[in-house]
Amino acid sequence: MSGPTPFQTIGPFFHGALACAPLAHSSANGVRISVRGSVRDGAGAPVGDALLEFWQVDAGFARAPTDASGAFAIDTILPGPSGPAQAPHLVLQIFARGILSRLLTRVYFEDQPQNASDPILSLVPEDRRSSLLARRIASDAYRFDVVLQGPDETVFFDA
Amino acid sequence: MSGREDTDAGPGAGAAGAVGTVQIAQTARDGYRPAPAGTHPSNDSPAYASTKLRHPLHPPIEIPQTRSEQTGPSHAAAHFGPLAHDLTRQHGGAPIGERIVIHGRVMDDAGRPVPETLVEIWQANSAGRYAHPSDTHDAPLDPNFSGAGRTLTDADGRYQFVTIRPGAYPWANHANAWRPAHVHFSLLGPCCLTRLVTQMYFPGDPLLDADPIFNAVPDARARERLIARFDLSATRPDWALGFRFDLVLRGRCA
Repeated sequence: MSGPTPFQTIGPFFHGALACAPLAHSSANGVRISVRGSVRDGAGAPVGDALLEFWQVDAGFARAPTDASGAFAIDTILPGPSGPAQAPHLVLQIFARGILSRLLTRVYFEDQPQNASDPILSLVPEDRRSSLLARRIASDAYRFDVVLQGPDETVFFDA
Repeated sequence: MSGREDTDAGPGAGAAGAVGTVQIAQTARDGYRPAPAGTHPSNDSPAYASTKLRHPLHPPIEIPQTRSEQTGPSHAAAHFGPLAHDLTRQHGGAPIGERIVIHGRVMDDAGRPVPETLVEIWQANSAGRYAHPSDTHDAPLDPNFSGAGRTLTDADGRYQFVTIRPGAYPWANHANAWRPAHVHFSLLGPCCLTRLVTQMYFPGDPLLDADPIFNAVPDARARERLIARFDLSATRPDWALGFRFDLVLRGRCA
């Protein structure tokens, strides 16, 4: 045995096996927010069988499956306060039928001033950075849409 | 579920330090090693039709490993109940099919055990049908089989499930396409960089040669690592065949 076990697709039938839990600990301190959005494919069609996993160092882990309209939602706290090193963000991993190796990205928040100096965002070509910014849609809610393919494709990472 | 790094401080404590003092691994020496080329399938794998509109056209952007990626949820304190790992005893009766034991070790790529990590599995029943509303295959459901299990690895990285051998089933990928019998595995490992979702196959399955998902893994030796091996030592006399399936996650440079 040598070398990592390869990825395979999660397929469309994971829902009963992978427990979904809210992200923020009920005791986590911070501004409570929801992050909602949708996942779409290269034809603009909703991806109704994706699983999104969010990780936030100061709040925890959440899984959110998309529904038939491609929509997902999680409740958490606004990450941070964060020092000068990195802007507040969530780590997001995406799994679905038709995705063989999981996709890695980040959710940033459009109204955070630290975005301008974030070392990871600075690695992204300027014209694609907006794909990583959740838009504020209410005092306690942000919208983050994932586009798997095409002109508005979300930026994905390898680390 | 709590952040592994937050365990001592308590949830939410030290939030400023969590991100503000983030350390960026500048060299491979203190990061998680990448997998050798050919290990993981490309998301652009045309033989698997569902990838066509779901694979990004841009290559992923390489980023340094920060504390955000090098941490992850811990389930070490989780309790799933005594039958979570035994898919044959989750209902009133025994499921139809060939009872099997699947066991193995979860290790990193240096052979070190990965203890107390969450292992979740799901699978079709012995007739090749998932207990899932989206599965429309014309094969019987089994009222005694849900096909989902979970467990934690022990201190030595070992895990075990008891289940029934899943059936092959047809799918719409191409003419007369059949998935080889398989069990889905999900492992978290210590952090976001060790996350693995994969499938375990059975030795000698003639359907493997024509399966575009299995064959999307470029390296033949890596494909072999997706196939369990028959294990007589884990076979329980008069009761169940044993299979061994070891899993290897990315390891951190010591």
